[in-house]
Amino acid sequence: MPLTQIHHHAAHTDRVAPADTLRIVLAGNPNVGKSVFFGYLTGLYVDVSNYPGTTVEISRGHMGEAQLLDTPGIYGVSSFNDEERVARDIVLEADVILNVVDAVHLERDLFLTQQLIDMGKPMVVALNFMDEVSQGGLQIDVDLLQDLLGVEVIPTTAVTHWGLDQVREALLRARTGRQDHALHSRLHEMLSAVGSQAEALLVLEGDPHVAERHGLTPGTEREALYIARRNRVNDIVQHVVQDLSGKTRFRETLGRAAVNPLTGIPIMALMLYAMYKVIGVWVAGDIVGITEETIMQGYYEPWVRKVVSAGIQPDSAVGQILIGEFGLLTMTVTYLLGLLLPLVVGFYLFLALMEDSGYLPRLATLVDRLMTSIGLNGRAVIPIILGFGCVQLGTITTRLLGTKREKSIATVILNFAIPCSAQIGVIAGMLAAVGGGLVFLYVAVIFLVLAILGTVLDRMIPGESSALLLDLPPMRVPRVENVVRKTVTRAFFFMKEAYPWFFLGSFIVAVLQVSGGLAVWQRLLRPLTEGWLQIPKEAATAFVMGMVRRDFGAAGLTDLAMSPLQVVVSLIVITLFVPCIASLMILFKERGSREALLIWGGSWVAAFLVGGVVAQLLM
Amino acid sequence: MCLSDIRKGQRVHVFTIEDEAVRTHLIRFGICEGSPLECMEKIPFGPFVVKHNRQEIAIGREIAKKIVVQGGGVPCR
Repeated sequence: MPLTQIHHHAAHTDRVAPADTLRIVLAGNPNVGKSVFFGYLTGLYVDVSNYPGTTVEISRGHMGEAQLLDTPGIYGVSSFNDEERVARDIVLEADVILNVVDAVHLERDLFLTQQLIDMGKPMVVALNFMDEVSQGGLQIDVDLLQDLLGVEVIPTTAVTHWGLDQVREALLRARTGRQDHALHSRLHEMLSAVGSQAEALLVLEGDPHVAERHGLTPGTEREALYIARRNRVNDIVQHVVQDLSGKTRFRETLGRAAVNPLTGIPIMALMLYAMYKVIGVWVAGDIVGITEETIMQGYYEPWVRKVVSAGIQPDSAVGQILIGEFGLLTMTVTYLLGLLLPLVVGFYLFLALMEDSGYLPRLATLVDRLMTSIGLNGRAVIPIILGFGCVQLGTITTRLLGTKREKSIATVILNFAIPCSAQIGVIAGMLAAVGGGLVFLYVAVIFLVLAILGTVLDRMIPGESSALLLDLPPMRVPRVENVVRKTVTRAFFFMKEAYPWFFLGSFIVAVLQVSGGLAVWQRLLRPLTEGWLQIPKEAATAFVMGMVRRDFGAAGLTDLAMSPLQVVVSLIVITLFVPCIASLMILFKERGSREALLIWGGSWVAAFLVGGVVAQLLM
Repeated sequence: MCLSDIRKGQRVHVFTIEDEAVRTHLIRFGICEGSPLECMEKIPFGPFVVKHNRQEIAIGREIAKKIVVQGGGVPCR
């Protein structure tokens, strides 16, 4: 499958291409449709990123003899963050650059274009979203733009593939653009020291990494150069763009409504309700009912048991590990395909819709205030929302946050206080039975823990979190094709990344069960449950199950005879309790063993401490 | 005054930006000293949404405090 192929190559270094292969690099701001170009020009599809920073991975493919590389969306070439560093290194090694710009936002996008021109690379500019230019009452003089930049400019509408063949042809004629004379001669002076005009420019602009590579001190004139470039770009834009309409259009009104708290909060509530209805009720209920129970447990599991039992004794240790209660071929496969996959697809579908419509950055803006109180900024809304789908999914997505500090805070919150969708179903069912005030008690306690946790972490973890600075792209009607492709690609890559950890986690649990370790653990926990939490000792089994699958933990509580208050205490504990074993594995991978163990151990303490305090106070 | 002091709907020009990193980021978004801004939305205790030409940008309150602006009229340059 081609998808795996690109991904596999992407994991390796950027220098694997033979020296004689022409390297064409796609570069552009976030949200300009680069990935559609990549898909069209190479015939392969990759993840379309719409939210600044979601493609940290690099895609590559072939365009005839040449190699085509995609880069993360950036506003300029330098080293402010990971994406920029990655993009910078790929751009430095490019033979030809295809720069995609949003024709509606030339003023913003041409800054990067002019910087790439100043780097002296042969390039072609694709002027994308031309359909929106005329709709928006704008007029762009493409010929004049081409003259002023000195490189070929091709008007395109990538989603309908209009103009893309012309881009492909133009790449063969790529040429260097027009630079400021003074800058050009200064770069030439440095050329002997660094070897390329591109690197000379970055040294002059004070890029510490590139300067260090050549043993030079980074330049101190970044700001002067940036302002000169900004003025040049503004001048170009003034000459080529004509604004013919002054009226506010519907989608602008909608975009504003989404960030105005008066209308934005109801819109957010509506969106969350739709998510709950579609994912929580329809996918988690009806769809999973079919995939997990009917297909996997009804057909697949009996079949695999029969096949395996033909060669291996089901009661033997190996048999137990393969097809027993926590069997790798039974429970793990059912969990992955029957339960996790439909939920992950559901959550990614909503994410893609929110991204492609331009709603997501507005949601991030709206909740920014709330997030800053726990040391995060509005962007953290993405991993938190995904965490309600699967804590593992959320943990992986913390990669898009700006600093290590923010990643740590978001990861802790996800693993402590956010119940995943598998668990929410069971918890909601049990809460419905206890009713009214106690539901409020449960929600209040979880929120309180979340707030205290966030505040404490914000105070404790050194450093500062980054403040919000976000470009709000225009609201657009999402293209079905793009949304579907994005959802499928992401779900595929997530499952590919996650499944080995599920198998490893289940293997550990199955071995514990066969060796009797699980039973020992349950016995050890009993005093804690009976004495401290004042709930039946059998609840210990549920907590241990919760380490395997969080919904198992919650489901294990449903059969116990408990008073409504006991139900709430046990649900508080199971919600705050350790993440499932697959999430723990991802935790180790993403945050390192020290932080992972701290989070895991900490959630034991938090769960029993909070649950116990509630029990002691109210019972 | 600072960007964090302006009212919704107010049009101002950027006078100075006090933080170098913020300054650099904003130049790339198209905003530098002298740029006209219009405040589109002001979320209570939260970020500001400003419009610069056709582009809307959400600016966190901490960053807004570092942007000094001049009300209406002519650009400061």
